[in-house]
Amino acid sequence: MPKIEMRVNGKPISVETEAETLLVHFLRDRLGLTGTHVGCDTGQCGACTVHLNGEAVKSCTMFAVQAHGAEITTIEGLAKNGKLHPMQEAFREHHALQCGFCTPGMIMAAVDIVRRKPNADEKTIRQELEGNICRCTGYHNIVKAIASAAAGMGARS
Amino acid sequence: MTASLIGRPVKRKEDRRFITGTGHYTDDLSRPHQTHAVFVRSPHAHAKIRKIDAAPALALPGVIQVLTGEDLKADNVQGLICGWMIHSKDGSPMKAGGHPALALGKVRYVGDHVAVVIAETPAAAKDGAEAVVVDYEELPSVTSTGDAQSSSVQIHDEAPRNTVYQWALGDEKATGAAFANAAQVVELNLVNNRLIPNAMEPRAALGEYDSGSGIYTLTTTSQNPHVARLVLSAFVQIAPEHKLRVIAPDVGGGFGSKIFIYPEETVCVWAAKRVGRPVKWTAERGESFLADAHGRDHVTHGALALDKDGRVLGLRVKTTANLGAYLSTFSSAVPTYLYATLLSGQYNIPAIYAEVDAVYTNTAPVDAYRGAGRPEATYVVERLMEEAARKLKLDPAEIRRRNFIREFPHQTPVILAYDIGDYDASLKEAVKRADVSGFAQRKADAAKRDKKRGLGFSTYIEACGLAPSAAVGSLGAGVGLWESAEVRVNPTGSVEVLTGSHSHGQGHETTFAQLVADRLGISIDQVEIVHGDTDKVQFGMGTYGSRSAAVGLSAISLATDKVIAKAKHIAAYVMEVPEDDVEFKDGEFAAVKTNKKMTFGEVALAAYVGHKFPTDQIEPGLKETSFYDPKNFTFPAGCHICEVEIDPDTGVVEIVKFTAVDDFGTVINPMIVEGQVHGGIAQGIGQALLEHGVYDKESGQLLTGSYMDYCMPRADDLPSFEVGMTITACPSNPIGVKGCGEAGAIAAPAAVMNAITDALGVKEFDMPATPEKVWRALSGQRA
Ligand code: FES
Ligand code: FES
Repeated sequence: MPKIEMRVNGKPISVETEAETLLVHFLRDRLGLTGTHVGCDTGQCGACTVHLNGEAVKSCTMFAVQAHGAEITTIEGLAKNGKLHPMQEAFREHHALQCGFCTPGMIMAAVDIVRRKPNADEKTIRQELEGNICRCTGYHNIVKAIASAAAGMGARS
Repeated sequence: MTASLIGRPVKRKEDRRFITGTGHYTDDLSRPHQTHAVFVRSPHAHAKIRKIDAAPALALPGVIQVLTGEDLKADNVQGLICGWMIHSKDGSPMKAGGHPALALGKVRYVGDHVAVVIAETPAAAKDGAEAVVVDYEELPSVTSTGDAQSSSVQIHDEAPRNTVYQWALGDEKATGAAFANAAQVVELNLVNNRLIPNAMEPRAALGEYDSGSGIYTLTTTSQNPHVARLVLSAFVQIAPEHKLRVIAPDVGGGFGSKIFIYPEETVCVWAAKRVGRPVKWTAERGESFLADAHGRDHVTHGALALDKDGRVLGLRVKTTANLGAYLSTFSSAVPTYLYATLLSGQYNIPAIYAEVDAVYTNTAPVDAYRGAGRPEATYVVERLMEEAARKLKLDPAEIRRRNFIREFPHQTPVILAYDIGDYDASLKEAVKRADVSGFAQRKADAAKRDKKRGLGFSTYIEACGLAPSAAVGSLGAGVGLWESAEVRVNPTGSVEVLTGSHSHGQGHETTFAQLVADRLGISIDQVEIVHGDTDKVQFGMGTYGSRSAAVGLSAISLATDKVIAKAKHIAAYVMEVPEDDVEFKDGEFAAVKTNKKMTFGEVALAAYVGHKFPTDQIEPGLKETSFYDPKNFTFPAGCHICEVEIDPDTGVVEIVKFTAVDDFGTVINPMIVEGQVHGGIAQGIGQALLEHGVYDKESGQLLTGSYMDYCMPRADDLPSFEVGMTITACPSNPIGVKGCGEAGAIAAPAAVMNAITDALGVKEFDMPATPEKVWRALSGQRA
């Protein structure tokens, strides 16, 4: 069994795993990071989105071994020192979640959207969310949350 | 006086765990030594099973057991049930075939459950499921609603012509007379497309058995764990009720699909004893498509009789409803009592007659999906009203006004008695917000850009707050639909509220706490809502049909009243004043005429200490229970207006504006209510433009079995919504609430399709209005 070394939410890990283990299952089952969800089997819902070296990836579309040597951030690692990330705050503030199942993937994708397109307007945000499905919110408040977090995150930098 | 918490957009208490990834959904939970289940599913729509050979699977490493319907039978496990008896118009009871959790001799749809493989790992179970050899004798199948009764295919021996029931409601003669006297008759053929619910969390189950105590535990994705326990013990006979615990932890959306008692969950809890270890199963999305209960799937002919001024004289509806291959838990009620009873809409209609034939087909079972019957009814009534307006050349708002009910209570000809509403108010507000007066100009501007604009109305009504138990009992329900609550005050004054309602996105932990904190005058952080565990909450009917606030919260409100009454009693003793002199306000018990006061927390402590009152007259402690049975249904109503722009070159329909004005009665948390409206509208627009569960006519295969083929609404398919509210407080429950969970899904499809048919200038056009269909309709016009 190949041994994988990576940093997950800032902590170094070194674990043996089967070559065919998907990154999402590795995170959930081996590391107990169950905040990353599985919503589909075709790479289309985005519930499994995490950051790989700072960029959003769907962790169901790659093997754990492909992340060897990488820096991974999951939803559990987004808040720093007990302080929520502005995107987490914005989701709560704008009621951008209901059942919460899509939420970790949404937030991880949203952070990446704002990083790439800090001035995204509503239309752009909607297009950028193409890869994430939410069945509860109708996206209305998710779009609002991302726009407001973008404003806040921009102001900070 | 502290500001009331009612009506405030309090941020949700439950959010923190969800935004930090620390929620606990069923699949997040694991048990030591757990095994994994994978189901062998039928690849055929209809086939006899000649033989199941498990040996090749059992020979694989990691495979522990392969179980079939025969094993369930050997353990005396009974089939799944449909809990609502419907009688046909000739008086005969509905014709229900058996519904074994694992097939017995025959499979009836693609995805039907043939066997289960239990193994050490999910991968081993999957390999095992592929290795099981099933010898099928294929049979011809029928999947389409319209063909079911004329087909030579016989799906259940018990149901000739695949007909479950032929039911009717209303006055046939009076309706006939109304049509005879009509100045104008409007008719439409309507298809209500099959939908696949797609809660984002797939169904999952974790079954456990403790051989020492004989207790089974099922942790599962359920909207109503108590009902699951009741059905699994009383009917399926897995275990007596007191030996079966059902837990629904965080649940990732339901929309109806997680109400029902399914084969997979049943098998997991049963198999835990057989295997002697916990058994876990989580659906892959492909399995959700195949085997979650689907929604809608009606074929309807509707006719409206009107006088020359556009006043409705009568409505006649003939519907065929597809119930799939087996009768799911509440399936029989959906196209009958949840559908035809709503056909009066917001209108004074003197005579209505509805006939509904329910049919078996070789498809996934169909049951309640967000709205459940009410979207289908609204679609019929509102498409007909719009068509009537066009035929009579009346403004669509005006024809509705001419027919609105304005006096309450109002007895409709189809059972329901509306208690209150103000349909003019919501229509007026919606017309304003949608800027209907500017539409002609916008249409002209669009035409200059070679685009087609259309405007569509939908003034809907729904019956929520399910439901007065005696009323539903007389209509065939197998259960009462009251709700229970327990308000448990701790000695320190903090409060646990145990509720039979279940939250899977609705925000009960916040809304319910808001009400209790408001009543008791304590901080919302002092209130914890406990739900979803049959060991903690005594009983409950769960959450569906927008019933949690109207029924569940009413029970909490009554239990809270009892807590206050007892606390007052105790406070009087402690302060040594007559009870009549004690006033409770803003969290304080004050003895009028004196300056004596006690906080709620102080009285709670006194109640548990028990030193200062006669415990032979007042029992120590502070905990009260209420079982609340609603007096009536509640009747949320409103007006949704959709404006579309169609690109004739591509057939793409853009929703340029969607306006919703709803009357949900008293609103406890407007932020949460608006969120519910948004989500409902998105599902309604999804039905109108994108979603369609399709089976291949020949093979019976599900053609829309993944997100590649089933088009889910995504962020860029939808606009932001214009949402407003008007309020008439509901007189039928102590809080004045009506329920808000389904409005969007009920109202939106008709609004969208009325807008599209307006833009296209066509009469009949079926959902979903995909670009291809729209383009073809337009090219037909061009040709
Ligand atoms: S689980 Fe990865 S995209 Fe759906
Ligand atoms: S909040 Fe439920 S799927 Fe997005």
